[in-house]
Amino acid sequence: MKVGALAALTLAGGGALYRALHPAGQLQRFVLGGEARAALDAMVPAMLAGALPALPALRAAAISATTERVHQAIRGLPLNAQKEVQDLFALLALAPARRVLTGVSGGWPNANAEQVASFLQRWRFHRLAMLQTAYHALHDLIIGSWYADPSSWSAIGYPGPLKELA
Amino acid sequence: MISPGFSPGFSPENGPVGSPIADPIQAGLARGWKVIDGATLAAGRTLEADVVIIGSGAGGGVTAETLAKCGLSVIIIEEGALKSSRDFKMREADAYPTLYQESAARKTKDKAINILQGRTVGGSTTVNWTSSFRTPTPTLDYWQKHFGLSSYTAEVLAPWFLMMEQRLSVSTWLTPPNENNDLLKRGAAKLGIPAAAIMRNVKGCWNLGYCGMGCPTNAKQSMLVTTIPAALDLGATLLTHARAERLVIKGDKVDSLVCTALDASGVAPTGHTVTVRAKHFVVAGGAINSPALLMRSHAPDPHGLLGTRTFLHPTVISAGIFKQRVDGFAGAPQTIYSDHFLDTQAIDGPIGYKLEAPPLHPLLLSTTLAGYGRAHADTMAQFPHVHALLALLRDGFNDASRGGAVSLSGTGSALLDYPITQFVWDGVKRAHLAMAEIQFAAGAKTVQPVHEMAAAYTSWDAAKKGINALHYKEHITRVVSAHVMGGCTMSDDTRLGVVGANGRYHGLANLSVHDGSLFPTSIGANPQLSIYGITARLAAALAQELTGKPAARLVA
Repeated sequence: MKVGALAALTLAGGGALYRALHPAGQLQRFVLGGEARAALDAMVPAMLAGALPALPALRAAAISATTERVHQAIRGLPLNAQKEVQDLFALLALAPARRVLTGVSGGWPNANAEQVASFLQRWRFHRLAMLQTAYHALHDLIIGSWYADPSSWSAIGYPGPLKELA
Repeated sequence: MISPGFSPGFSPENGPVGSPIADPIQAGLARGWKVIDGATLAAGRTLEADVVIIGSGAGGGVTAETLAKCGLSVIIIEEGALKSSRDFKMREADAYPTLYQESAARKTKDKAINILQGRTVGGSTTVNWTSSFRTPTPTLDYWQKHFGLSSYTAEVLAPWFLMMEQRLSVSTWLTPPNENNDLLKRGAAKLGIPAAAIMRNVKGCWNLGYCGMGCPTNAKQSMLVTTIPAALDLGATLLTHARAERLVIKGDKVDSLVCTALDASGVAPTGHTVTVRAKHFVVAGGAINSPALLMRSHAPDPHGLLGTRTFLHPTVISAGIFKQRVDGFAGAPQTIYSDHFLDTQAIDGPIGYKLEAPPLHPLLLSTTLAGYGRAHADTMAQFPHVHALLALLRDGFNDASRGGAVSLSGTGSALLDYPITQFVWDGVKRAHLAMAEIQFAAGAKTVQPVHEMAAAYTSWDAAKKGINALHYKEHITRVVSAHVMGGCTMSDDTRLGVVGANGRYHGLANLSVHDGSLFPTSIGANPQLSIYGITARLAAALAQELTGKPAARLVA
């Protein structure tokens, strides 16, 4: 419960800091910064454990391709939804917020799969609606981006649409 | 109309050479249809017509053909793009961002309900699953009794439903159901629960199963291939990539409509506006968008009703795994239904629900399923063996089921607040139980209702115990909606509704609403045919009033 209260404070603080750095103006398209990309790269293998290819080289390529598809999917959302996702990633890029909200201590590039899976599990049932809805957004974006791609279809036995018309 | 804004919207190299499918949109553009793509406008524009229709979906399409056929000049405004069979490649990754509101990820205010609504020429009719039902008589009875809609009887509406059924080839689907639907039929039969075939609006359907991504063969008789082309052939103008921002109201009349042009991706404004002047304005942007436009326009709303009583048919899902292949992605979706849990209880009692079997494609199924990581991957690995049922809850017929309310965000976009009450959760639990029982009766190995705490139960007994112990709450229970209704309630009593029984907005002389936002409750069935039939009648009356002559009938 302590973590919950601390998380709420961090969210408020992080939000204020983010707003100070990015004054309100016209809504902009989502930009996936370096730290945000590293965060997604860390979350993709946890969300897709059991679905990604096992071979290291194939696996790394699949992760970065999925992250890029998530990026593009976000850029297709309405601008106000893009801003909400931008705010979430901006918060996750701040080291103190990252540590409190996710427990990932050493930066996103060094996050291990267990740490990530365990914060996703906490967010999934979190009493703060903002973190619970963030979990669902990440769930839908990452899992959707994976299964939308034909490279994932043979493993699940989906033949894809009729070739003659596709 | 040849202008800097004129654009056929297609490049010749775009389509497959020698495709076996004739493209009626491409052919119409070649015949000289007046289509303006807002994304290509290099400056602001002013357009003028007898009637401007905002929205090209079920209500807008029917109204456009009716009015154009009666000799009125018509401009149709659409926020989405003009796409056609050559664009419909049966890929979820392309279809959801291009054909749906908010990339098929529109959500209620607390993000607990995901909403599927179309945003393309033809609106939701371009992407719906073709299920066609007349408005159930108990629903109409409720409207007569509680909203004074005395002319909304099955008898009065029958000729309008019949006309639209003929216009859109609504008929009995004679092809055997796919396994996904047949399992509903067999499971229900084992339990003595009646199930029946769903009528579909298709002509020469290939039974592919990709209706939700736009029909690649033009078999689905959506507005995109029926009423909109008919209106364009009669000289109507279609403006795409144009978001209706606000109606300019002067006194008791609407003076003009201001639209924001959107870029080709449909995401950002280009900075240009289009102003449309007309004698009469018809709002048909669908529930959520129609009330939001009227709110942005400060339309009269003396009793604070605008946007309230918005209904969703809150929908919950149950996934079963079968030994045999189900291949829920193949074959016509939603061909079998059961109204047992609507018909066996009072309409104003505990919430009832309709059962159907939705199509299963990888993106939609994988994002709908709860959980992540290994457990989620294990379910997806059995994708061809997955069977799904859905329950559409009939909301709006009880004081404890008043639906949601549309409001405007700081940027003016529409936001639906739909709190899920205990009354609805009670129905969700009963629906999860009923679906699991049917799936086990049909031979399921496991059944898992879509809920973050539910297990893959291995028997009906285990499912009964498990579901009864589940905590029903938003976010941990997956709730979706593909049917948004209400928000511009229809009633001649201005204390009950903002629009009269004739579709005319109270307090504004030249404004009508012709879409599902009129409905005082949910329909209790997939709503497309209700919108077609009811707006056909309203459009005919409007045409007669504007021209002084009886309206022409729509024919196939």
